[in-house]
Amino acid sequence: MTGLRILLGAAILGGLGAAAPFTPLWLISLVTLAMSTGLVVCGLIILWRGGLVPFGQALFFATGAYTVALSGRWFGVTDAFLLIALAVIMAVLVAFVVGFLLAQYREIFFAMLSLALSMILYGVLVKSETLGSTDGINVAQASFFGMMPRGPGYTFALFWLALGMVFAAWVGVSAYLGSVAGQLAGAIRDNEIRVEYLGISVTRLVHLKLTISAALAGAGGALAALSISHVDPQMAYWTTSGGFVFVTILAGAASVPAAFLGALLFEIVRTIAVALLPGGWQLILGSVLLLTILFVPEGLGSLMIRKRVTVSGREAA
Amino acid sequence: MSALLSVKGLEKTFGQVVAARDIDVDVPQGQTVGIIGANGAGKTTFVNMITGHLTPSGGTIEFEGRDITGLPSRKIMRLGIARSFQVAQVFPTFSVLENLCAATAIARSGSSVVGAALSRFASAETSADAEAALDQFQIARFRDALASTLPQGVRKLLDIAMATAGNPRVLLLDEPTSGISLEEKFGLMDVIMGALKARGTTILFVEHDMDIVQRFADRVLAFYDGTVIADGAPAEALGDERVREFITGTLIRSKDGKLGAGRTSHA
Repeated sequence: MTGLRILLGAAILGGLGAAAPFTPLWLISLVTLAMSTGLVVCGLIILWRGGLVPFGQALFFATGAYTVALSGRWFGVTDAFLLIALAVIMAVLVAFVVGFLLAQYREIFFAMLSLALSMILYGVLVKSETLGSTDGINVAQASFFGMMPRGPGYTFALFWLALGMVFAAWVGVSAYLGSVAGQLAGAIRDNEIRVEYLGISVTRLVHLKLTISAALAGAGGALAALSISHVDPQMAYWTTSGGFVFVTILAGAASVPAAFLGALLFEIVRTIAVALLPGGWQLILGSVLLLTILFVPEGLGSLMIRKRVTVSGREAA
Repeated sequence: MSALLSVKGLEKTFGQVVAARDIDVDVPQGQTVGIIGANGAGKTTFVNMITGHLTPSGGTIEFEGRDITGLPSRKIMRLGIARSFQVAQVFPTFSVLENLCAATAIARSGSSVVGAALSRFASAETSADAEAALDQFQIARFRDALASTLPQGVRKLLDIAMATAGNPRVLLLDEPTSGISLEEKFGLMDVIMGALKARGTTILFVEHDMDIVQRFADRVLAFYDGTVIADGAPAEALGDERVREFITGTLIRSKDGKLGAGRTSHA
């Protein structure tokens, strides 16, 4: 990624941040929530490029969200940056441990095993009174550099925080996708035997991808928890994971910014669908997915990339 | 001359089936060894055990004096033993250059996952290595073609070029000319051997065509029924009576059970 692109990205995000005070609060909240989904989808793109689709990414999302809620409740942590760091660390730890198992599997087995693990967490959350059971836990208001903004100020602060996280994720994920490990995703999808016989462990590469994707999902969960001010077991439920996969298909694996645009589009479509057809919004969402697969099978990102990039100029957008 | 690769008492059984037994081979640095034998004689099993694809049931494999028996294949690769496959193993959705870049990038990142995560894929050094391999293996005109669209011979060359990316000291080629037409075989082997000899690589290649073996091998290992029945210079090994009977088919039994001279065949 060139310096110019980074500058451009920073300018766009800075512009969005500056526009916040002139934007309706509901829209800012919606965008913040969409960015939390976008962070998770960034991680799914990393896995998807390697041919892996987890149906249980909510495991790491919920881990991040609950870490924020419980750090506040049990230890009185209020600093937003610290909360997010803790959420990422916890999600990474969980992914590192379950990765020893998950990285052994591919295709539908990888997908379903990840789903199984997320459903175990869901079960634990529902059954445990300490963790709030089905009601969940309220998330205390976070502080920023020792300040506790109230009302609209808090919504703005969270939005700016989200923009900062989007920027960090975009730079970080682009760098990873441009690394040898990132570029080997296609090689793993194509031919694992050849990768192993070039001297590098496919299992460890998959483990790394899973751990990075979990860090992003944990960050997304933390942002969602702060944004909604509440966590509940639904965050670990399979429909949450399904939503992430939905947005990943909508966004495609070609481009990192598409993950955020896809997430935004998803939130907007869902909001409109619920307003139009309160009892049958899934019908609209399903139709959007159907149309995406039929007409933009490689996702929104494919519309943003002009040509097929080759190695010499191969760059993660 | 001390052996670079030393195999002692190697054996492999699959249940009741003995795929390899009593294999003792020392390969000195720089030698080119042709491995011959009928289908099922244990040639590929031998290659698979050396490269860690199969774990031997008994015996030892030493490389540069170090015991590598039963190590995972990627560790063996990292020590300096690479291989190509009977069915060329490439990345079909990558171009030829991208395939080579993947191989050189892995080699350059030290074959470690952390190294791979921290080094950039599109580096000038990686591209330079890949371009050099394109020239060395004479596949530069297929540079930007997708690997899935390549003719068989080019795909074989690409597979071997990728295997040499880490500058292995030993390279095992499993039937480099299988699936290649008779007219093209010698040309293909000339390219392969030319590129490898320039690097001083020690080569073991499995081959069914005795003309190829005679032309390119310094030494021949003849496999029959899971073990080595002849080992020596090509003329000597190919002249061995059991080799002629069981492998090259230049001896055929007459109806009364006596051995006699027969036709030459590309068994």
